[in-house]
Amino acid sequence: MEKEIAVSVRDLYKIFGKFHAVDGISFDVPKGSIFGFLGPNGAGKSTTIKMLCGLLTPTSGTGRVGGLDVSRESDAIKRRIGYMSQRFSLYDDLTVEENVVFFGSLYGLTGAHLSERVEYALRLADLLERRGDMTSTLPGGIKQRLALGCAVLHSPEFLFLDEPTSGVDPISRRNFWNIIHEFANSGITVFVTTHYMEEAEYCDYLVLIYKGKIVIQGTPYELKTAKDIHNIFAARTNSLAGLYSLLSSRGEFSEVNLFGDAIHFVSEMDGGRVKDAVASLAAGAGIDLESVEGILPSLEDIFVMAISRADAAGENGNGANGAKRQAVKKA
Amino acid sequence: MKMKRVMAISKKEFIHVIRDTKSLVASLLIPITLLVLFGWALNLDVDKIETVICDFDRSPKSRELVSRIEHSRFFRVIAHPSDMAEAEEHIMFGRAAIMMTIPSGFGRDLERDGSPKIGVAIDGSDSNRAGIGLGYMNNMIMMFSNEVLKDKMISLGVKKIDPPVEMRQVVWFNPELESKNYIVPGLIAVIMTVIAAMITAMTIAREWERGTMEQLISTPVRGQELIVGKLIPYIAIGYLDVFISVVMSIWVFKVPFNGSYALLFFISSIFLIGAMSLGMLISIVGKSQLVANQMSMLIAFLPAFLLSGFTFAIENMPMPLQFISKLFPATYFVAMVKVVFLKGVGLRVLWYDTVLLVVYCALLFVLAKTKFKKSLE
Repeated sequence: MEKEIAVSVRDLYKIFGKFHAVDGISFDVPKGSIFGFLGPNGAGKSTTIKMLCGLLTPTSGTGRVGGLDVSRESDAIKRRIGYMSQRFSLYDDLTVEENVVFFGSLYGLTGAHLSERVEYALRLADLLERRGDMTSTLPGGIKQRLALGCAVLHSPEFLFLDEPTSGVDPISRRNFWNIIHEFANSGITVFVTTHYMEEAEYCDYLVLIYKGKIVIQGTPYELKTAKDIHNIFAARTNSLAGLYSLLSSRGEFSEVNLFGDAIHFVSEMDGGRVKDAVASLAAGAGIDLESVEGILPSLEDIFVMAISRADAAGENGNGANGAKRQAVKKA
Repeated sequence: MKMKRVMAISKKEFIHVIRDTKSLVASLLIPITLLVLFGWALNLDVDKIETVICDFDRSPKSRELVSRIEHSRFFRVIAHPSDMAEAEEHIMFGRAAIMMTIPSGFGRDLERDGSPKIGVAIDGSDSNRAGIGLGYMNNMIMMFSNEVLKDKMISLGVKKIDPPVEMRQVVWFNPELESKNYIVPGLIAVIMTVIAAMITAMTIAREWERGTMEQLISTPVRGQELIVGKLIPYIAIGYLDVFISVVMSIWVFKVPFNGSYALLFFISSIFLIGAMSLGMLISIVGKSQLVANQMSMLIAFLPAFLLSGFTFAIENMPMPLQFISKLFPATYFVAMVKVVFLKGVGLRVLWYDTVLLVVYCALLFVLAKTKFKKSLE
């Protein structure tokens, strides 16, 4: 059965002067899914999320959230969405509870319903005991959860999170993602941008955006098993540095990178010939090769390759791969 | 517009105001400081003008004239130089503003029906003071001269020698002609403009700067709810400032209050809403606290101070400036507060200004409301 569509975007553009921040993107977000929006800094992630939340008006194209048009029905959309911006944006000089009550009131909650939702948000942020604390005194991870609690006070159907875990420690991030999963299980559609590659694995659907354009999209499994990216290999040796410089110097191998105790690289050749080629090279250089095998690429591998291809296809396809990988990591 | 949301914003803003002790204290201390500074320092009354007199005559008549000048409250004779060069030094160094020379033979010439000349030189680099001093000096010498004439006519046997035309003068509203009586009420208006624009100019810019605006506008809150909600606590502070200023004017500066407190409260309310809407508008356009602060100086403080008729009479300004001055609500408010304080007239006289003030404030509010788009662009 085809899943119901929560968010639908068609040929969406946002142009600031001459800069195409979002350069004609289209995608659908199934209801109740966790939709990951990835890309380097300045790729257009935040601009897209802001257009969907009615904070920015698209230059052209359409975006629909719950069937409502983002350009014309942003007021109605705002009642049904929860939004958490990239920057922490609650009031530092208000107490935890004052912040929650304030945002609850803005969403039109009153009386017993308001108190009930306030308790819910405080529990979510694990701040029941610290409700009287000044918000400025909270650690980063807790602040993010408080912001999340404030964004879901009015039980929104759609949740838009713009880099919700940036600058948060790994354990808090893990907790945060558990909460996101609970939301999705209860039927809330979660649209999230992130630059942590391991977080991409938690998403049901992924879109990689680069220079305002969608580079690849699909489920994590679809992306990893796509035909054109099957030729990633891992080589193991006790002389990593030697093999690394050897492979880097050869034109037939690209994307040579150290990954833990292995060297990952890409080759256009098929599996058997790659193994032979690397083995003979290693033997020639006196390097003791343990194994060479084709591997299922990580999402990071896929994103780096996709961005390299986008650059090669574009006019300015010259940047070094390392720099691109760096860009993805930072994004 | 939902009142619940407006109240939520007001409440939140009140908390900001109360927790931000520094700004709160500043917004209450600024009016007091300005009143004390300007109420006492900005004294436009010209008296005790420093004067040097060179009496080369030293006759009974010349001494009488010198003594009269010494006893007048308008002049303070600081030296009696024996030669011109020394007298000129006093002017040169700014120790004296007026130099008077009585030539030798002054008394003798008066006795002989001659017409002796008295030299009066004035430091024109402070033209206002010099001009007024010259007027006083002219008056004193005229009076002296008339008395000499009168004495002469009596000695000639003329009996009735009262001047043919006499002026009976009455000064209304400010019988002492004290400048503080019109400076202080005008100052209240200037203070209100400054305070109103400055404290509100910060409030929206701060939300932009801290990123909280992004969260705010992602909620269903409407622009007008936000603006009205934010205005309420600041209007409360504004009232407090009006109260402090009025109490100080009456108790500390002894400015006569002849009007109605209700009317003052009414026009202050309208003005506060207008000036604060202007502050909001600045905040909306400025988007950063620094820019908003500078803009409020330029758009609120300077016109209120220089163009409102508080320091310089509008009638004396060149036409373009007169026109510009009419564009700022402070101009009407300054005039109205003065009038309510000193003339004690009511709406029968002030209705025109009141209507204009209402129109301006409504315009500013609507402008702030429309200019504030719930969008990040």
